[in-house]
Amino acid sequence: MGAMFRSEEMALCQLFIQPEAAYTSVSELGEAGTVQFRDLNAEVNAFQRKFVNEVRRCDEMERKLRYIEAEVHKDKVPVPPVKDMPRAPNPREIIDLEAHLEKTENEILELSHNAINLKQNYLELTELRHVLEKTEAFFAAQEEIGMDSLTKSLIADETGQQAATRGRLGFVAGVVQRERVPAFERMLWRISRGNVFLRRAELDKPLEDPNTGNEIYKTVFVAFFQGEQLKSRIKKVCSGFHASLYPCPPSNTERQDMVKGVRTRLEDLNMVLNQTRDHRQRVLVSVAKELASWSIMVRKMKAIYHTLNLFNMDVTKKCLIGECWVPTADLPNVQKALADGSNACGSSIPSFLNCIETDEVPPTFNRTNRFTRGFQNLIDAYGVASYRECNPALYTTITFPFLFAVMFGDLGHGCIMALFGAWMVIKEVSLSAKKSNNEIWNIFFAGRYIILLMGCFSMYTGLVYNDIFSKSMNIFGSSWFVPYDDYTLEHSKAFSLDPKASYIDTPYFIGIDPIWQTAENKIIFLNSYKMKLSIIFGVLHMIFGVCMSVVNYNFFKRRYSIILEFLPQVIFLCLLFLYMVFMMFFKWVAYSTLSEDPAYRQGCAPSVLILFINMMLFSSTEPEDDCKEFMFEGQGTIQRVFVLVALCCIPVMLLGKPLYLLSAKKKHVKPEQSNGNVNQGIELQEQTDISEVQPKPQAKSSGGHDHDDEPFSEIMIHQGIHTIEYVLSTISHTASYLRLWALSLAHAELSEVLWNMVLTFGLKDHNYIGAIKLYVAFFFWAFFTLAILVMMEGLSAFLHTLRLHWVEFMSKFYAGLGYIFQPFCFKTILEQEDEE
Amino acid sequence: MACKFCGPKLSLVGVVLSVWGIIQLTLMGVFYAIKSVALLEDLPLGGGHADINEFIGEVETGYTQNSHNCWIAALLYVITLVISGHQFWLNNRSSVSM
Repeated sequence: MGAMFRSEEMALCQLFIQPEAAYTSVSELGEAGTVQFRDLNAEVNAFQRKFVNEVRRCDEMERKLRYIEAEVHKDKVPVPPVKDMPRAPNPREIIDLEAHLEKTENEILELSHNAINLKQNYLELTELRHVLEKTEAFFAAQEEIGMDSLTKSLIADETGQQAATRGRLGFVAGVVQRERVPAFERMLWRISRGNVFLRRAELDKPLEDPNTGNEIYKTVFVAFFQGEQLKSRIKKVCSGFHASLYPCPPSNTERQDMVKGVRTRLEDLNMVLNQTRDHRQRVLVSVAKELASWSIMVRKMKAIYHTLNLFNMDVTKKCLIGECWVPTADLPNVQKALADGSNACGSSIPSFLNCIETDEVPPTFNRTNRFTRGFQNLIDAYGVASYRECNPALYTTITFPFLFAVMFGDLGHGCIMALFGAWMVIKEVSLSAKKSNNEIWNIFFAGRYIILLMGCFSMYTGLVYNDIFSKSMNIFGSSWFVPYDDYTLEHSKAFSLDPKASYIDTPYFIGIDPIWQTAENKIIFLNSYKMKLSIIFGVLHMIFGVCMSVVNYNFFKRRYSIILEFLPQVIFLCLLFLYMVFMMFFKWVAYSTLSEDPAYRQGCAPSVLILFINMMLFSSTEPEDDCKEFMFEGQGTIQRVFVLVALCCIPVMLLGKPLYLLSAKKKHVKPEQSNGNVNQGIELQEQTDISEVQPKPQAKSSGGHDHDDEPFSEIMIHQGIHTIEYVLSTISHTASYLRLWALSLAHAELSEVLWNMVLTFGLKDHNYIGAIKLYVAFFFWAFFTLAILVMMEGLSAFLHTLRLHWVEFMSKFYAGLGYIFQPFCFKTILEQEDEE
Repeated sequence: MACKFCGPKLSLVGVVLSVWGIIQLTLMGVFYAIKSVALLEDLPLGGGHADINEFIGEVETGYTQNSHNCWIAALLYVITLVISGHQFWLNNRSSVSM
């Protein structure tokens, strides 16, 4: 237990693995996800590492998989997700997989190729058919006109040779893109000097381009000309404009036959195209079923080979050596994984695990479950804890929602937040299965336990503040009553309720009495109450933070710091600010309207702030008649003593530790032995019980190490900075906690304004039309409640609570100089690649 | 059945809002009916009462009027819930059957 109290103990281990068993062992370690490998080949280029060929194979397989995936997506074939994660394939399976992928890729390539060819043919035949059909009209018209203007002028005496003249008028027929037609016409006109006659007809339906699949609109044209030279010129123009020419037989019967032939050929081609499409569909569907699983297997393979590249080869070339950080508690698991790996490939020589000592700082690992992970992330976002430092995330699970709730206190809004959090938590299995790309939803879902707790705590503080959607509840019966008779009530505008006359001497059971919502001085009263509350919580939170440093000093064996740093710090904080908290409580208890002594009536209660300022400045204020300046006998002397002792703490904070270290260094003249060296030993030591594993890496925090080697001036400067920072922060951070009051005031006021301005629109009618107005008003009121009061105020209070934790609480004890433990784990690798 | 005029998100919003409206407006109606002091400032009142009994009478009619209004609005939200729920069910059914 104590998993969250501080980060886990880590051990630096060497793994000695047989080369045959290396792949399976690393596969087992990846499934377990408990070790972080170190790169032993940092100077080596990526292309010079041992397993670079295997990585290339994986890359090739990935490329084929990507191609197949693209084709599958193009045809919109659904890819079913994997049910359970497949393991990394063993060498035999790898060869099978490679062969299968190659075969599938070739098949799909061939199918695509054939499809393109077939479509090309189809396109040509379709265009030919269109040409034949459209040019029907042209030739029919031409025969009617008889081409008198063209022929008669040129060949005036050969009137009988209509057939011959018609034969001499050649034509070309073809298809061109619609956008190019005007330019095409103009070009023909120019090259022929007007001697070419062009007839065209547009095609209504677009044709599909086989390569790209785009749909293009085309136009059929027939160009009539005379002479061979013009024909060649026209052909050149056509090829320039990418117009396809088709041989069109001049006589009608031949055209009809051709049309019939083209039609049958088109039908045949259509059938073949459909069959090809079906075949392609079948292939893709059968591949799609395995696609996700193959993709995961290949990625795992690649990860394993990248990891194996981090290993070193032994001098005798008999085994692979790897270095890794392992949590000490997980050493049995790693042993088991290595044994499994050796068994899986049937190797006779088992693999070894050898723990070595080192001076390096291990990574920080906090074992979290789904509840604590959110809070740990909040702390890690500020800075990862130093190795084996006290983990503030443990306390954050309660202090964070509580401080949030102090700022957000409203039973209704808290209820909404708690319901939202509860829904996410109850449905978390099904919701986490749906992988969403929405960043905001992912953030909310990752913090679902935080939201649930914040909502529940807000419901509690809403009960204490007695605030539900800006109205108060009277559950236990108010402790105040109206003592006036009807005559007074009728003839006066405002009343004041004196507790002597209107209070029944027993307070409301829990929370603020509901009478306050009818009072004009509600805000004045609540201000005083909430401000004092904020200071009380703030001072207690900060004292808790300072006390946390004792645990750290004790663990890292810097006991001198407890006396020279912690003691003056906590004395300073308590004598000044805990005393202020004491004054607040004393004032609440000692002063009352029912008191017999006139110095302790409500008019005589001194301001705590003025008393505090006078205490610090050694001044005093004149009290009013019948009142006393101080709250109790001897307060003046006590205050003076406290201030003087606190001032004496400052030089202790400033000079205590540096002087102690100076004297300690003088005593240890001989140089300190370094604490063990990294054993790059090639000798294969027997790995016996883990309990006998000799010294774990010394948990030297970076602080302790530095102070041994630093010159005195550095230490003095550091200590000076820390002292000034601490002393100033006692006052500034205490005042900073007043944001607890400020935000709860803002929330209450916004809530009240929203009710009074929006919802009362439907509540002020004398007849039943009010119901309709209420129906509409409620809709807007609910919308603004959610948008402004829950979302905006919630985010704002979350941010301020986070700041209070990060700055005011953690600056009192937290170092946060560690680096996070990133184990080799297939699950995280696959998730990261999914996100990309 | 009738065609759907809301998408899945709008119908879900409608369902959630209607449930909230029903619960809150029913409770508000109950609180007006038991004449809770917290809701005293949200009553339809005129000014200038001659004596206290007239004031109290007007307050009581205001309470009953508002409680009825709240319950009628809650009923309207029941109708909204039925419509939104039906749309939501239609949307769910068509997406599942796809």
